[in-house]
Amino acid sequence: MMEIVKGNEAAAIGAKLAKPDVVAAYPITPSTDFPEKMSEYVANGELPTTEFVPVESEHSAMSACIGAAATGARVCTATSSQGLELMHEILFIASGMRLPIVLYNANRALSAPINIWNDQQDSIAARDAGWIQMYAENNQEVLDLMIMAFKIAEDVLLPAMVCLDAFYSTHTFEPVDIPSQAEVDSFLPPYKPEHVALDPKKPMTQGSFGVPEVYQELRYMQQRAMEKASVVIDDVFSQFKEKFGREYNKIEKFMTEDAEILLLTMGSLSGTVKEVVEEMRKEGKKVGAIKITVFRPFPEKEIVNAIQNASVVGIIEKNISPGYGGAVFADLSGVLANKNHPLLLDFICGLGGRDVTLDDVKEIIKTCDDALEGDYERVNWIGVKEELL
Amino acid sequence: MKANIGGIIYQPCSSRKYKTGRWRTFKPIIDKEKCIACWRCWDFCPDGAILKEEKASVDYDYCKGCGICANECPTKAIEMVYEEK
Repeated sequence: MMEIVKGNEAAAIGAKLAKPDVVAAYPITPSTDFPEKMSEYVANGELPTTEFVPVESEHSAMSACIGAAATGARVCTATSSQGLELMHEILFIASGMRLPIVLYNANRALSAPINIWNDQQDSIAARDAGWIQMYAENNQEVLDLMIMAFKIAEDVLLPAMVCLDAFYSTHTFEPVDIPSQAEVDSFLPPYKPEHVALDPKKPMTQGSFGVPEVYQELRYMQQRAMEKASVVIDDVFSQFKEKFGREYNKIEKFMTEDAEILLLTMGSLSGTVKEVVEEMRKEGKKVGAIKITVFRPFPEKEIVNAIQNASVVGIIEKNISPGYGGAVFADLSGVLANKNHPLLLDFICGLGGRDVTLDDVKEIIKTCDDALEGDYERVNWIGVKEELL
Repeated sequence: MKANIGGIIYQPCSSRKYKTGRWRTFKPIIDKEKCIACWRCWDFCPDGAILKEEKASVDYDYCKGCGICANECPTKAIEMVYEEK
């Protein structure tokens, strides 16, 4: 059924269709619609068996999620920016305890200065927390990825985060095809974990001490679970396509065939980039775009294959690790380290809600062109106002 | 014994199996001649690793080698000795 909904609601509908046992969340702009909607579904009877826990902070939200998930419940939450950072230490506990919690993150800039608008610094800062990370380009994707996140997470027993760009998507109304409950039920069966339970007949210690004799093995098991997730994600994406007709891949390739210049993005910016690519293709320019949908586990094989025939790859990203550059650039150059690869350029843009325009993308393509002549910087900032400096 | 997913432990009382004495760098050696069985060491030991026998002795499975017993002993009967591993 098609409906016009904003991104936050699309994410909430996806979560509702997964019928979570527990939702523990604390409101924060720009994700607030999510807990509002979830509490509404609980209150109006659409989620008759779900417990909504209105906690006093995001630290408590993730802690309550862990407590619930440790009993074997299907659990989800939502947050953004400072909220995700307040959860930070608990994020590692969720993944270390192998609890497949699903988190909807509305990507928002970090303080200071305080800023409610979009960039992807918040989830990038949580990159190493052991969570699966998926980035949605639009409202349909966030709904679909929320449903799939439960299936993937519960298979590999790792928590999963689904990210959507603040305001560009969270507060934009778009037509979304909403699957029926029956369809989702047949795609996503009830969660029946074997490793955790709240059962006096099966006592267990969770969150136990991890001494040096065993800690490293448990971290290794997390890494292996991420490697397994890479396979499971492909499988879940193909099951989803079969059932619902919509195709997902860890990376989406757009006009990449014979492209000399490739632009790599995550999230809503992909739409802008694809528009420019389409326009420049009409002018005969060999450009293409790649959108990363799954950032953790990093789609190493897929990206390496997709970029190998290009001359230059521009990584356009809304995050900065001050003193280095962007995180996506860092990860991509890491997996290419021992291979022949195209020239890689990093473009930092769109921080704190700065619009990235079609002209900005054209400027990026021009910079890539110039780089082929040998004139380039590794890290390039787009749209910096010199008059403010 | 295999590690379980998430480090979960399915048997109760498992902490008894973990010998924290392995953490020790200095080992308390009690001179039974000097020990007057006043039990100050027993009172102060944070790990309950002093055993009340005729004179004090140490449960080396759980003594972490903190040295509080040696510090408290009124007759200086306890010497902390570097333990070669």
